[in-house]
Amino acid sequence: MKKIVNLFLLVSLVFLSTANIPTYDIGDIVSEFTLRNVDGTMVSLSNYKNEKGVIVIFDCNTCPYSRGYNSRIIALHKKYAPLGFPIITINPNDPSRSPGDSFKEMAAQARRKNYAFPYLVDEKQTVARSFGATNTPHVFVLKRESSAFEVAYIGTIDNNSRAASAATKHYVQDAVDALLADQAISTKKTKAIGCGIKWQD
Amino acid sequence: MRKVLFVFCLTGVAQYSLAQEATVVKFDRLHALIETKSDQIQVINFWATWCAPCVKELPMFEALHATNDPDVKVTLINLDYAEKLDKVNSFIIHKNLKAEVLLLDEIDYNSWIDKVDKRWGGAIPATLVINQKTGKRKFIDRELAEGQLEVLISELKN
Repeated sequence: MKKIVNLFLLVSLVFLSTANIPTYDIGDIVSEFTLRNVDGTMVSLSNYKNEKGVIVIFDCNTCPYSRGYNSRIIALHKKYAPLGFPIITINPNDPSRSPGDSFKEMAAQARRKNYAFPYLVDEKQTVARSFGATNTPHVFVLKRESSAFEVAYIGTIDNNSRAASAATKHYVQDAVDALLADQAISTKKTKAIGCGIKWQD
Repeated sequence: MRKVLFVFCLTGVAQYSLAQEATVVKFDRLHALIETKSDQIQVINFWATWCAPCVKELPMFEALHATNDPDVKVTLINLDYAEKLDKVNSFIIHKNLKAEVLLLDEIDYNSWIDKVDKRWGGAIPATLVINQKTGKRKFIDRELAEGQLEVLISELKN
């Protein structure tokens, strides 16, 4: 009888653990990933050896919020890459559901907007799933923890998707500024307002 | 002649009342919809004109509204930017939407989104169904499957 109960417990535990696929939370160490960039090269997180951190943004060509935030993303890289926090953008959208997010269209967007940072395709959507990204744009600010990177902020860029000038809370900027000043981040998590990632069926 | 004029006026009024427009609201209006005690089951759908899966499922909410079920109230919460009101209104006319449309003009989403549902990640479509009498609620943060809305409502009615 005890054995049966134990078995029951085990089964329910397994069930629970598969029901909640673990995704990154604040303080978690990020696993290595390697994805193809729009220029054809492969980019790995471990390529970033000397940076203080990385701003990973799940983004796309097609979402109105991504389009609205595009110039702000470019500006964030321009400001923070020289300070040791470059941007990596990753497009997880299934191009069969969102043709404007094909590899060709991604490359065109990076060229048109003169991206100074990688725009990677997450073809199998595994990186987006492991991060727990749900929307575009969805930001993960990572900070260096010896040879690895730790999640320090998750969420949206600021509190006004419509107009950068009207934003009163600059979550990503504040988080990176705090890390640069070796201070605690005041808002570590927000909801990433945007379009749902177009998952493969 | 007077009679003709009267009929004219009447058709004018009828047409006017059919051509619905979105009402621009702040969060308090949505909050009242969610919290105020009501005998009706509140069906609240979050959508935007630019969101293809939202537009695709709108007919389901329109069909529900068209049943005229006195126990059910359908409200379509539009999340286009407020300056796109004209676009939203022409969309309403084009799609002949009859259910009430409220354009929620609250750009700082993180200040109100948890009050709709803590699990909501901020993507649309999303649908909230509430029975205030029993306190039961269902929140679906993705596109509804065919027939799913009816199932949700019948679950909440009991």
